[in-house]
Amino acid sequence: MALQGTCREVLDVAIVDFSGKITLGEGSATLRKMIRERVDAGNRKILLNLGDVDYIDSSGIGELVASFTTVRSAGGELKLLNLTKRVHDLLQITRLFTIFDVQSDESVALSRFRPV
Amino acid sequence: MSTNQRLEVTLETQLESVDLAENIVMRASEAAGFPEDELYRIGMAVRESVINAYNYGNSQDKRKKIRMTVEFEPEKMIVRVLDEGKGFIPEDVPDCCAEENLLRTSGRGLLIMRAFMDEFRIQKGFTGGAEVVMAKKLPHSISGNGKH
Repeated sequence: MALQGTCREVLDVAIVDFSGKITLGEGSATLRKMIRERVDAGNRKILLNLGDVDYIDSSGIGELVASFTTVRSAGGELKLLNLTKRVHDLLQITRLFTIFDVQSDESVALSRFRPV
Repeated sequence: MSTNQRLEVTLETQLESVDLAENIVMRASEAAGFPEDELYRIGMAVRESVINAYNYGNSQDKRKKIRMTVEFEPEKMIVRVLDEGKGFIPEDVPDCCAEENLLRTSGRGLLIMRAFMDEFRIQKGFTGGAEVVMAKKLPHSISGNGKH
C-alpha cells in the first residue's frame, strides 16, 4: 500500500500517523513532503507513529534520517512511535537506535519532548 | 521444484524494476518452500541489490539494463544482480554503522543484503559492472529426482 499519513496535534506535538510502505519512490517522497509541511507550519515537536508501516527499505530509512536532521536543523525534535518488528529490526541492524528516540506508548513518547 | 532450475530476467533501469525484481524472486522463493520471514528477507535483499544497480551501477540510465538470475542448486538458492556500470570496491563504501556516518541518508543497502542472506559477495560481472551474488540455504533438501 502506498504511504499515507494523517496529522493530529496533542498539546504542542504534531503526531503523524503513517500507514503503508516507506520505500524508494512514492513512499519516501510522501514522508519527505509531510515532514516539510509540519516544519513549515511551525511544528517543532514531531512524533511519527509507524504502527501501520509494515515495510521500509534503505531509502525509507534514509528518509527517516533526513527527516530527523531536517527537524533538528529547524531547532526541533523528531521521535518515533510503535515500530513494527520488521522496522524495529532494521533500525537495530543499522544502529539507528542511537539516533532515534523510539517509544511504544504514545503518552510516554509525548512526555519525552523537551518543554519549550 | 527440480534441481538446478534457473530463471533469468532482464530488467529495465527504472524504478518499477525494483518492485518487479522483488516480487519475482519472492514468488520463486515461495515455490521453493521458504517460510514467510525468509521470503521477506530474501525480497528485501533483492530489492536493495536492484536499488543499487538502478541508482549507482546504472546511474538511472534508461539505456542500461539490470540482469538478474535466480538459480536453484540442491542446497541453496543463488540470486545474482548485475549492472552495466563500472563496478566498485565494497571496501571503499563507508561503514554506515560508524558513528560519523549514522546521519547519512544513504549507504545501508549492502549492510541489509549481508544481514539478510546466508552468503553475499560482489564481483566484477561480464558487463564490467558490479555483480551481487547472494545465496540462501534452501529450507529442505531437494533430491536428485526433482521431488522434495
